[in-house]
Amino acid sequence: MAEGFAESGADLELVGITKRFPGFTAIEELNLTIPAGSFFALLGPSGCGKTTTLRLVAGLEDPTAGRILIGGKDVTNTKPYQRPVNTVFQSYALFPHMTVLENVAFGLKRRRIADPLGKAHEALRLVELDHVAQRKPAQLSGGQQQRVALARAVVNRPALLLLDEPLGALDLKLRRQMQIELKDIQQDVGLTFLHVTHDQEEAMTMADTVAVMNKGQIEQMGAPEELYELPKTAFVANFLGQSNLFTGTVTSTGKDSFVVDVAGTKIEVPRERAQRHAGEVTIGVRPEKLMLHTTAPKQAGGTNIIGPGRVSDVSFSGVSTQYTVSVPTLGEIIVFAQNMVFGPVVNTGAEVWLSWTVDHGFGLADDPADGPRFEPDTDTKSIAVQRRERLEEELEEA
Amino acid sequence: MAFGAFATSAPVVDSAPRRRSKVALLLLLPGIAYLALFFLVPLVSLILTSFQEKTPGTDIGVYNYAFNVENYAFIFRTYGEHMLRSVFYAVVATVLALLFSYPLAYFIGVTLRRFPLIQALALTLVIAPFFISFLLRTLAWKQILSDEGPVISTLKGLSLLGSDAHFTGTAGAVIFGLAYNFIPFMTLPIYTSLEKLDLRYVEAGSDLYASPARTFFSVTLPLSAPGVISGTLLTFIPISGDYVNASNAFLGSSETAMVGNVIESQFFTSQNYPIAAALSIVLMAAILLLVSIYVRRSGTEDLV
Repeated sequence: MAEGFAESGADLELVGITKRFPGFTAIEELNLTIPAGSFFALLGPSGCGKTTTLRLVAGLEDPTAGRILIGGKDVTNTKPYQRPVNTVFQSYALFPHMTVLENVAFGLKRRRIADPLGKAHEALRLVELDHVAQRKPAQLSGGQQQRVALARAVVNRPALLLLDEPLGALDLKLRRQMQIELKDIQQDVGLTFLHVTHDQEEAMTMADTVAVMNKGQIEQMGAPEELYELPKTAFVANFLGQSNLFTGTVTSTGKDSFVVDVAGTKIEVPRERAQRHAGEVTIGVRPEKLMLHTTAPKQAGGTNIIGPGRVSDVSFSGVSTQYTVSVPTLGEIIVFAQNMVFGPVVNTGAEVWLSWTVDHGFGLADDPADGPRFEPDTDTKSIAVQRRERLEEELEEA
Repeated sequence: MAFGAFATSAPVVDSAPRRRSKVALLLLLPGIAYLALFFLVPLVSLILTSFQEKTPGTDIGVYNYAFNVENYAFIFRTYGEHMLRSVFYAVVATVLALLFSYPLAYFIGVTLRRFPLIQALALTLVIAPFFISFLLRTLAWKQILSDEGPVISTLKGLSLLGSDAHFTGTAGAVIFGLAYNFIPFMTLPIYTSLEKLDLRYVEAGSDLYASPARTFFSVTLPLSAPGVISGTLLTFIPISGDYVNASNAFLGSSETAMVGNVIESQFFTSQNYPIAAALSIVLMAAILLLVSIYVRRSGTEDLV
């Protein structure tokens, strides 16, 4: 299989993948198809199973159940070195006893591809590091090591490139630069990228498709804009950006929208942007969609108005200011206001009203107070296993 | 401005190590004194002794200071065979110890990593033989491997060996004893290297199309090279000068005598001190030469 260069990216298919470790389930019945040539991001908090998914695809772990197909071929039972897959490891894992050039040429030499050093130089030029080809990895900065790790993987032209939080160790500026470079490289070489990250901004700026993963399952999958504008679950609504969520009962249903009674306040939501249309539902709106008013706005069609409430917190973040407004019976509501004037528009303690266009609201399929999907396993052995793994993770990070 | 800042700060930075170096010298003093008294003085005495000559008509064991190079010519003529044998035994025993120790160290340092208690126990077992004198252990092997011992008699009983076969007193028995006695010295440094081995490099190797064997030779082995080098040195050097395993009283015979055995008999039996001293000097020089070639060839400067 892993012979020669891949002509183009291959699609990856995970069928019913389950992975259990002693004492806990990392992934449960995961089905996922990543089309060839796409930049796919697997986004989720730590411990959601995203890194395990990546390691399963790379062949570094064996699934408990299910099949993995790359380009239509079943690779479930093949060894990592037989798969047309390369990984950019979170820790880079550059061989410390080899020069940068030897590191990059390593995979090519193993596959007996002609002119490994020439191709390695070429890959190093791509990441603008050809001038350090003769150095050892320890002599490079974190950002340079990261680019070498990328070159070492990309040079093999794998059908599928796996990126395990590769930008985690970089500072903000280098991170931005690398995000753009990664995207360019992906478009240049046309490979399939599977990028694992916990950074929602990174996932949204880089990926064509983002899958939000939580507790071993994919909560929602789609284009970044779609996920952001129309989250389907409370987890997605809160993990991908921030959301104001309200739970209430549907009181009346119109042709295009329905009205929800949230503790006495009526909120209108478009039908097509809601997952559930009757009974008790959770609806939400993004903080930047809210308008702040110092006087009660006039009731008008197509707008939701709530208030009055009191500003309990104002925090300035340059581009925008975040206001926290306490509304009786609705709780705390977050508002992002662009800084169009000097200083905050209102101060803490001010009485304000909030409004938003009905079209910006969305309705969720679940409620925010969902219990854990997997029953916590409480026998002492599994607790010990989990604790050790947590400690090991912390040690690795340190 | 920047230059000014450097200029004013430089002497401050400089003075601290200088003050420390005085303390360091003071701390080194006992060691230096010890080395001077118990290493340099005996070494000079040994060199002087190696050039002594016999004055006709004096008692046995009485020699005069001279510059008698003939001693060296004599030992090369007479004991060249013993020297070559010493180097040969040492090389073979070191290689055997390495072949045995590496998998053992790998097992303890990598495979047992997830079971710290068993790992500690296994390490203790590696060191456990030191609790019994090395002479006793070698004597025990002489018993075990003797013609009437369990190993040889069983092999004879199974007709795998002829009825007149014997093992003790042969080169094989001596090399076996040497390798056995120095295995802990080989295992521990390799274990120390492997115990620190980051398995993510091994994963990276397999991700980059290297088979497990290929990954071992291009990643694991080079990364554990510091342990292998210190292990081989800790084994090779003492084996070259060993005089216990190869002696008649233990696993050897007169045909297996190594330089150490010759030195011992020249000192204690013949009381020919100049010859014994010259042999010691030559052995020391040979080891120094071989080791420095080995260290240079294995490129330890790259291994941190």
